[in-house]
Amino acid sequence: MTRSLLHDLNQSEKLVASKGGAEIVHLIRTPVLAAAAVALAAAMAGCGGGTSPSAGGSSSGPATITYWASDQGSSIADDYKVLDPVLAQFKQQTGIKVNLEVIGWPDLLNRILAATTSGQGPDVVNIGNTWSASLQATNAFLPWTSQNFATIGGESRFVSSALGSTGAAGKPPVAVPLYSLAYALYYNKAEFAAAGISGPPTTWDQLIADGQKLTHGGTYGLAIEGSNTSENIHHAFIFAAQHGCSFFNAAGQPTFTGAGCVAGVQQFVNLMGQDKIVSPGDAEYDQNQSVSDFASGKAAMLMWQAAGANLQQHGMSPSQYGVAPIPVQSGTPGQGTNVDSMVAGINIAIYKNTKHLADAEKFVKFMTSESTQMTLDKEYGSLPPITSALSNSAFATPELSVIRNVLTTSALAMPQVSGESQFETLVGTAVKNLFADAVNGPVSAATVKQQLTNAQQQMSG
Amino acid sequence: MERVRKIGLPYLLLLPALVFELLVHLVPMAVGIYISFKALTQLYLAQWQGAPWAGLGNYRIAVDFSAPVGQALLHSFVVTCSFTVLAVGFSWLFGTAAAILAQDPFRGRGVLRAIFLTPYALPVYASVITWAFMFQYNNGLINYVLHNELGITSSPTFWLLGDNSFFALVIVSVWRNWPFAFLVVMAGLQSIPRELYEASAIDGAGVWQQIRTITMPSLRAVNQVLVLVLFLWTFNDFTTPYTLFGNAAPQNADVISIHIYNASFLTWNFGEGSAMSVLLLLFLLVVTGAYLVVTSRRRQDA
Repeated sequence: MTRSLLHDLNQSEKLVASKGGAEIVHLIRTPVLAAAAVALAAAMAGCGGGTSPSAGGSSSGPATITYWASDQGSSIADDYKVLDPVLAQFKQQTGIKVNLEVIGWPDLLNRILAATTSGQGPDVVNIGNTWSASLQATNAFLPWTSQNFATIGGESRFVSSALGSTGAAGKPPVAVPLYSLAYALYYNKAEFAAAGISGPPTTWDQLIADGQKLTHGGTYGLAIEGSNTSENIHHAFIFAAQHGCSFFNAAGQPTFTGAGCVAGVQQFVNLMGQDKIVSPGDAEYDQNQSVSDFASGKAAMLMWQAAGANLQQHGMSPSQYGVAPIPVQSGTPGQGTNVDSMVAGINIAIYKNTKHLADAEKFVKFMTSESTQMTLDKEYGSLPPITSALSNSAFATPELSVIRNVLTTSALAMPQVSGESQFETLVGTAVKNLFADAVNGPVSAATVKQQLTNAQQQMSG
Repeated sequence: MERVRKIGLPYLLLLPALVFELLVHLVPMAVGIYISFKALTQLYLAQWQGAPWAGLGNYRIAVDFSAPVGQALLHSFVVTCSFTVLAVGFSWLFGTAAAILAQDPFRGRGVLRAIFLTPYALPVYASVITWAFMFQYNNGLINYVLHNELGITSSPTFWLLGDNSFFALVIVSVWRNWPFAFLVVMAGLQSIPRELYEASAIDGAGVWQQIRTITMPSLRAVNQVLVLVLFLWTFNDFTTPYTLFGNAAPQNADVISIHIYNASFLTWNFGEGSAMSVLLLLFLLVVTGAYLVVTSRRRQDA
């Protein structure tokens, strides 16, 4: 299109020039070019970053703050239904109006990045807790110093494992925990009984043995979401930790190729490749098909974060499945090499350049207050990161008791380094590629090491 | 004064288009090129104009084919070239064949043409996600037909993983783009006079000879534009591979648009992603320029 534009301009220019109107053309073109230059300058100035931190930033009179919420419910419409009454209550209590926008997971990180770059974003935003250290490095969010924590009731209110996933060590957290989640093992009671298995497995050897008993006909022992890079990275991280390897060393340098990391990832993908308890088709799954496979009985076990609400929607009632902690190598879940879940959850953060800092802090205090947490966590099937609320009997359902126990005793936070997001993509993709190999048979340690080496070499900065 | 106004009017009418062209296309491109010279990672996102100057550093990383990043980019480039050649080739072939066959009116031609145009008219996401379901290993339609019903393959095959992922991508791309070729060639065929075919038939020319000596030369100008446009669209196609494979494409189908997306948005290294985009732009400019020069020169010779 540009070509034809210039072509026409050239044509008319030639025409006018041939009629001796060169000076007049020059007179007309100059304002056109000047207008274009102004537009260019305006655009460049407009799309420039630069935060304008407002000191104190409280405004008098009825204020409005903008809040970007993540999609925690079964659909975005569902989130609005859950949050609108809560926000109305906040307005009634404080007179502050909250403009809510619920953003789906595929878009949330991009929106946050765009808001960070342009300097024009919401006042308060939900972030995935594993993004904390990466977002902290952008310097665009309010650091939660003890002074800022005091405005929302103090740091000691929060569960310590949830606080472990709020930013790099040695720096004030970049966000405050909002909802807490962890992984658990879901198992089909009827299929376990039919196979003569008395209870859920507690070690991986037991899980493999049980899985092999449960794999027959068209059903398999375990369902895995093999093409989902987030699921892959969460499991790979825990398997590696159980083998005593961390993907980053104390200095924050990537160490993906340690013997324990290789062994851990190999054990994970060989659940399909060697032990054959996972359907090869699972290597393609990334639209939560593993959850529907578990619900329909095609798989007898599933490792998932708070799948209860999802399973209910697929027609599986809580009486049909049991919930147990994810297995460990040996012994019982705990710390060190007996961790069995990463600390999953959502944090809530305030942009540094907000013009309504005091109001935003009031909102965060409201969202993390015990009464609001009771309402929201019950709707979303998650756990409150507030110690006082966590002990409430509403969170003592069979599923949530297990998850609560995991969160407080045997969960490990993902690496809090600025390259965390990059790490998730690279290693998550490496595991996806390894599952593609696992459909053909056992995966060797050399293959795993090669994929992890490749991933590590692509880490930059 | 009257002359000034008459000369100025075209420019004034062009002004809004020029402004929007600048704002929507040229300014973002210029900013992107500017970013490629900076080390823009998440550390500087909030004040990206203050990011340190990297000079040609990002470019050196991108073209260092002995290092993993450069190697991955080169592999992705090769995959994209082969994908584009195959997809454009087959789209053009099917489109031209269908257009030639549908040249003469027959009963039901209108309905058939409408059906042929459907893939091109459907929204991209809806149609590609349907293909993703059809290509599924366990419950997909294609494996069901090939394996369960017809028994052609001894076991279900993987289409979205492994070696076949490349062919799955080609199939979906051809399915989407061949109606466009069909449309364009059909329009081009309208301008060929009937008498040429009749005269050649009298001279004893068969169908293939007619196609070779009358149809193809007459379609040269149309084909020049068609192949160029299809090439650029297919080379840059992001939606099809992203919807089919998600954000982590299998190694065999790692086309360059997805690769650059991974290198910038998912690793937050926008400087490097911009450098790769600029290299892609340069490559496409060179190819387009060379293509136009070669095809135009041939026309002048003829």
